[in-house]
This record gives sequence, C-alpha cells and structure tokens, in this order.
Amino acid sequence: MNTRKRASGAKQSQRTARGALQSHWQQHLKTARESLFRLLSTPAATLMTIAVIGIALLLPSALYVSMNNLQALSGGINVGSQISLYLNEDVTYEEAFQVSEQLLQRDQIVSAEYISPTQAAAEFNAHSGLGDVIDALESNPLPGVIVLSPSSIDSTAASALLEELGSLPEVQSAQLDLQWVERLQAFLQLAQRASTGLMLILALAVLFVVGNTIRLAIEGRRAEIVVIKLVGGTNSYVARPFLYAGALYGLGGSILAWLLLSIILLSLRGPANELLALYSSDYQLQGLGTANSLVLFVLGSLLGWLGAFISVRQHLAAIEPR
Amino acid sequence: MIKFDNVSKRYPGGHQALSQVNFELVDGEMAFLTGRSGAGKSTLLKLIMLMEKAQQGQVFVNGKNLNRMDAAQIPFYRRRIGVVFQDHQLLFDRNVFDNVALPLQIEGYPKHEADRRVRAALDKVGLLKKEKMLPITLSGGEQQRIGIARAVVNRPKILLADEPTGNLDPELAAEIMHLFEQFNQVGVSMLIASHDLSLITRLKHRILTLDKGRLIQDAYHTAMPPQPGVSR
Repeated sequence: MNTRKRASGAKQSQRTARGALQSHWQQHLKTARESLFRLLSTPAATLMTIAVIGIALLLPSALYVSMNNLQALSGGINVGSQISLYLNEDVTYEEAFQVSEQLLQRDQIVSAEYISPTQAAAEFNAHSGLGDVIDALESNPLPGVIVLSPSSIDSTAASALLEELGSLPEVQSAQLDLQWVERLQAFLQLAQRASTGLMLILALAVLFVVGNTIRLAIEGRRAEIVVIKLVGGTNSYVARPFLYAGALYGLGGSILAWLLLSIILLSLRGPANELLALYSSDYQLQGLGTANSLVLFVLGSLLGWLGAFISVRQHLAAIEPR
Repeated sequence: MIKFDNVSKRYPGGHQALSQVNFELVDGEMAFLTGRSGAGKSTLLKLIMLMEKAQQGQVFVNGKNLNRMDAAQIPFYRRRIGVVFQDHQLLFDRNVFDNVALPLQIEGYPKHEADRRVRAALDKVGLLKKEKMLPITLSGGEQQRIGIARAVVNRPKILLADEPTGNLDPELAAEIMHLFEQFNQVGVSMLIASHDLSLITRLKHRILTLDKGRLIQDAYHTAMPPQPGVSR
C-alpha cells in the first residue's frame, strides 16, 4: 500500500514536472505576447522610442556599409592605377618607342603608351587652357612620357616594379599614381577606428534610451508589481515582461534602422553607379547582406534586453509591498 | 501553525508597533485580531507576510523561523499563504478571471489545471458568472470576493485577512465572515484582523486583542478551545 502510494506519487510528480516545464515555455511565450500587445497599445510612445533607437542604430550601420563599399572598391582599384615614366630629354621618339615595346614584353605590364613631348604639349593646350604659356616659352618643357598599366597591384610588388623602372637609363623618374589608394586605405583604417568608437557610444545611447523607457514603464506599473510580489511573484517573474519589452524595442529599432538604410542605399544606387561608371568600374553598391542584417537584428534585440536588464536591476528591487 | 515568540517591532522614526507579543495559532484554528487603529494589527500580519521583519523575538510559520528566511525564499513562502486585503489589491486592467488566476500563473500551472482551479474558487465566492468582467465595474463586496478567491485559489494552509469587511455594510460583512468560516471548516488556519467587535464577538472564535502594540487579551468565545493538531 505504502510503496504503491509512493510509486504513484512519483509518477504524478514526474507528470507535473513535465507539465511545469511545458507551461514554463508557454508562460514565456505568453509574456512575450503580452509585452508586444502592451507596446502596441501605446503606438505613439512606442514608435517614438523605436525611432530614437532606430536612428542610433542607423548611424553605425550606415558607416559600416560605406566602409565596406569603399574597402571593396579600393581593393579592386587596379583598373585605374597607372605608372608614368618620365623620360630624359635626350631620348628620341624611336628610342622611346623601343623602350615601350620592350616593357610590353613583361608579364606585369598590360599596356604601354608613349606620349611624345609634342603630344603632351598639345594635350596640355587642349585641357588646361593655358596653351599660351607653353607657346610663350622658347622650347617645349614637357618631357616624353610612357604610361603603363600594371597587371595587378599589390603595393610591395608595385613599389619594386616602380624602383626597377626608375633605374632604366632612359627614365628620369617613375611615378606610381597609386598613392591615393594607399592614402584612402590609411584613411579607411582611421575611419574604422573612429566608427568603432562611435558604435560603442551609440550602443550606450540605445542602452540609456531603453533603460529610461523601461524605468518609466516600471513606475507606471508600480501597483501591479506590488500585487504580484504580494502573491508570491519572484523578482525574475516581475522582471520578465520588462525584459521582453526591452528586447522588442531593440528589435523594432534595428528593423527601422535596416529599413532606413535600405531606403538610403536605394536612393544612392543610381548616382553611385553613374559615378563608378565614370571610373569605368562595374562595381555595384553593396547593402548589408542577409548575414549582417541578422547580426543587426540580434545585436539590436540584445542591446534592448541589456538596457531593460540594467533598468530592472536598478528599479525593481526597490518596489516592495509595504 | 503560526507562533509569535516575544516579538517586538519598532518602525524607523521610533513608533513602537508591537511589544513582546506572544501567541500561537494551531493548525486549523480560526482567530480574530482586534484593537483600535494603530494598535498593531496590520504590523502583525505584515510580519507573517514578511513585508516587515521583527527586531526582537521570533515568528514561526509552519515550523519555519521567518528571521532566518532570505530574500530569495520569500516569494515561494508567500505562495503558501493566502492574504485578503482591505483595499483588495486587485489589478484593474484585467478581468475577474485573470485576477484570480494570477497566483497560479506565477507558479506556472498548466492552463487547463489553472482554469479548473480558478473556476472552483470563483464558484466558491459566487462570482462564476462575472469572470469576464473588469473589477472596476463590480461593487465593493464583489471586489472583496475577487480578492478572497485569489487568496484561496492555490489552496493555502493559512489565510490572513486585514480588515476584510472594513468598507462593507453589516450584511455583506457577515456574508464574508461566513465564507471565511467555510474555508476554516475544510482545514484552513485563519487569522483575521478586524475592529468590528460587534461582528466578531457574535462569531464565537478566539479573539486576540492588541492595544498600543501589546497583546492585552487572548480569549476564546467557543465553549472549548481547539486542541493542537485537530482540524475542525
């Protein structure tokens, strides 16, 4: 009798344990849903909070995307890079032509074009509008130039090539106009550092915005919290709806940031492609992409949750039934 | 069930709410706590609820020393005690059913089990037909019944009530007290704070009288005091 009773008791407690676990998830789901409805029941206030979070998240996202684009763009920049070999004055047209033919034999060089001093002067006249200046001089001051397109630009290989070409007897000086790419890359590095700092600051802003919103929500539901604590609600039970609300604010904000970013990119696509076409590049402006979008949503939700968590920790314990 | 051992409570600011209170409420007993406003009735109940802590002496509930209970245990302890408040402490943004279901929700009862228990409690207090209504649309007596249904919904062994009939007319007050007697008859220990002497002397239960924080009288209005361990 006794053992049978115990056995059935054990079975029953097992059943209730499983039932309790199931209802634990049901409860979470229910709390999440209630938090969502609560936010939707005050649409104006909710939208305002989400807008602030959205803008705070938009800035770092936009920075990230533009940096990504610039980096991808500058990585494939070899299309536009050139080496200019300024020839000695005494190099004749034939000699120069020969040199450029020889250079073309090399693997590293795709094209070579000789521009004679006369051609250079004509170009200068046509483009600068300062033709009179050259005409006024006794002799043409412009040197002959061989313009080379290297096949691929890796900055160490490029500078080695540049040094070698510079030491050719016919060449007075060799110039690689890749410097701006290096400068851009250095600038990007700097900007990346700065944007990391900015991201941290804006993440803090999101924490504060959510924290403050949740603090107000806690104040507004003080009576309810007291009642829940009176009938045996734990701190974590009381905190749960606020944590969900925080995560929902963060998620809403990140979705808004994503939408705004998409609109901005869409409106930039036309002009950007035109600009890129001028550089004869077929590069396409990149958006956040699926993976990074998901990262944005997850980070946004986590930030919201964290903001709520900090706020809840500060303010909830102080509300006790008296 | 409930034991006060030389308990004193002084609020910050110097008000001596309770002085050296000793009494014991046995399992299944029903007692009234009376005295003027400010005599310490609410403080005594708050000590049992762990809303306050005594500076001196010890409070035992169910054999547990409340002085030794840490903050994390308090919610679980409170779930075993039903409390009825004078101001009802209802949530006015939820309907009657959800108010009563709150303690079960907190404990994570499965829905069908919770629903069954809520309906049983509402049936007991005669509000089954009003479960969908908001508390604000109901009368004071009905709101008090919601509070009572919520207090008993998870079948506590102890029920406390702080001036449960304070705002009710005599007829409703008697009805509420009758309801409490019914709970007591199925074995729930009850401690009810009330200053309505004419009502509680008619009911013939133990009466604890407080005056300026001291227990000045502990009298039985039944022929026989209940024996320890015997539920009536």
